[in-house]
Amino acid sequence: MAANQSQPVMNKESKTMSELIEMQNVSLKAAEMVEEGRVHKSLYSDPEIFEEELDKVFNNTWVYVGHESEVPEAGCYKTAWIGRQPVILSRDRKMNLHVLQNRCRHRGATVCEGRKGKTKSFTCPYHGWGYGLDGALRALPKPEEYEGVFDKKDFPLESLRVETYQGLVFATYRDDIESLEDFLGGAKKWIDLFMKQGGGYPLKVLGEHRFNFPGNWKIQLENTTDAYHFPIIHKSFVTSLDDATADIFDFLHGDGFVEDLGNGHSVMVMIPELVDLEADLDQPIPARFEKLAEELRAEGKPEDEVKKLVRAAHGTGFNLNLFPNVSCSMAFFRVLRPVSVGETEIQHVALGGEGAPAPFNRKRMRLHEHFQGPMGFGTPDDGEAWERVHKGAQSGQDGWILVNRGLNNLHESKDGNVAGAVCSETGMRGAYRQYQKMMAAGEEK
Amino acid sequence: MTVNTQVLNDVTAFIWQEADLLDHKGYQEWLQLWSDDGLYIVPAEFAADDNYEDTLNLALDDADMRRMRVARLEDGESVSANATGNTVRMISRVRVLEAGEDLVIARCAMTLNEMRHGKLVTYPADVEYQLQPSADGFRLARKVVRLMHADSFLRTVSFIF
Ligand code: FES
Ligand SMILES: [Fe+2]
Repeated sequence: MAANQSQPVMNKESKTMSELIEMQNVSLKAAEMVEEGRVHKSLYSDPEIFEEELDKVFNNTWVYVGHESEVPEAGCYKTAWIGRQPVILSRDRKMNLHVLQNRCRHRGATVCEGRKGKTKSFTCPYHGWGYGLDGALRALPKPEEYEGVFDKKDFPLESLRVETYQGLVFATYRDDIESLEDFLGGAKKWIDLFMKQGGGYPLKVLGEHRFNFPGNWKIQLENTTDAYHFPIIHKSFVTSLDDATADIFDFLHGDGFVEDLGNGHSVMVMIPELVDLEADLDQPIPARFEKLAEELRAEGKPEDEVKKLVRAAHGTGFNLNLFPNVSCSMAFFRVLRPVSVGETEIQHVALGGEGAPAPFNRKRMRLHEHFQGPMGFGTPDDGEAWERVHKGAQSGQDGWILVNRGLNNLHESKDGNVAGAVCSETGMRGAYRQYQKMMAAGEEK
Repeated sequence: MTVNTQVLNDVTAFIWQEADLLDHKGYQEWLQLWSDDGLYIVPAEFAADDNYEDTLNLALDDADMRRMRVARLEDGESVSANATGNTVRMISRVRVLEAGEDLVIARCAMTLNEMRHGKLVTYPADVEYQLQPSADGFRLARKVVRLMHADSFLRTVSFIF
């Protein structure tokens, strides 16, 4: 193993009691609650820090709002959130994407309720102001009372800066930050790999699971880059698998790794054989995909396409965690929304191929239902653990949460990044480093 | 309007029996209620249409998945299942929609209550039953649980609706 790439703070003594008491009385600075191998539990529980996070993190970076396949045609929209602010992702007549504040410019009612749909315009229900899908204020009842008062063109729905990468749509309130591609940086290569699971068809959202848990959003952020928990908390899921599949999920002793991709992003490769779904297409068809292969053959698919689709149906062998609110997690998108310091909403978005054979998309949905969502065989156990982390964070004098696992065993990845073992907490450290940087902004003096 | 109270009574008795088994974790007995090709379905949207196979559901369990779901709840390996106490569900508003010789279709209202980490969580739902009459009572051919929470956000679930 190569030498350590950083000089981590290790085995640091816990803060003394007096320091703890001081922290409880003095208003907390979140950036100071993050150290290289540990973070303070007040980051999970302090309402003031939460308010500051909405402002300094969510209002200051690229936030994931949806996938292009969710608004495939002109007139399509879906509602989303940037932190606590409701927004609308829409596609106008010229097929341009917009992210609009969901707030009428008259007296502020939301102009669009419901999760998704198709419309010609957004009409405010209160006094009937009508906006186009690009946000422009088109018409309003009894306009004569506004003549000479204001010009309609000055009162569109406020729009955010929007950029996309591989169909992932992000928005930001900031016009002066780096481009989305620069922000994604080292994560782009992994997004490209993730998209291969359409099996030769463009990736498409098939549906989503929605659930919430009483706990802070960073508990979920950490979880996507936490392989250490898998064989423990998900034991009952592994038990429900056939032996060959259970073997695939027994990855803690394998050659997987976690790589810090910069800007808070990280990738956790659990199953290296499933990094590139377009490689190794000559592998035999695993037993649990034999029925799918038969169905694809029955649809007249040639054997090479059957193998490609079967391999894609697995999903990838990695979780790509994108700071702050989305991850491309093996076979689905995991989107989080901070609701309050102690409540987080999560969407598990199922993916398939646009135009792909029906048996392929069905298999993808059945696999998603098996593990994901509030009734899957995996998620409820994660939820139980997160709830306990949140509860536990209210107790104790030593208020530190450890994220120092694998600090003794770092190496440099092929791409020149810091990497650790698959069950290291390298990804969490990367996310907290970005968090710390953003929370410290404006406090240099 | 006349209601066939005999069929209504038979159906209601079956639904109550099933509800009692689930609340008291009589999962093995619950599995026996089903016909082999029966489907236990919890759609991901309250008003989902009935093309469940081509839609993402919260659960779409055939006999294998039902057995695995029960095993997960019973084998002691799932921390969330171990932490789930009893549930208490109320069934009301039972209405028989169709009473054929081979298939009886009924619909009812259900409210399921769960105590989770000291807080009461309540799930109202509209439930559809498809029952196959047989010599020894009904076989459960389909159960579709339409949760009001499905259109919003659920808590995680380690029991059977
Ligand atoms: S608040 Fe929207 S039209 Fe008045
Ligand atoms: Fe997990």
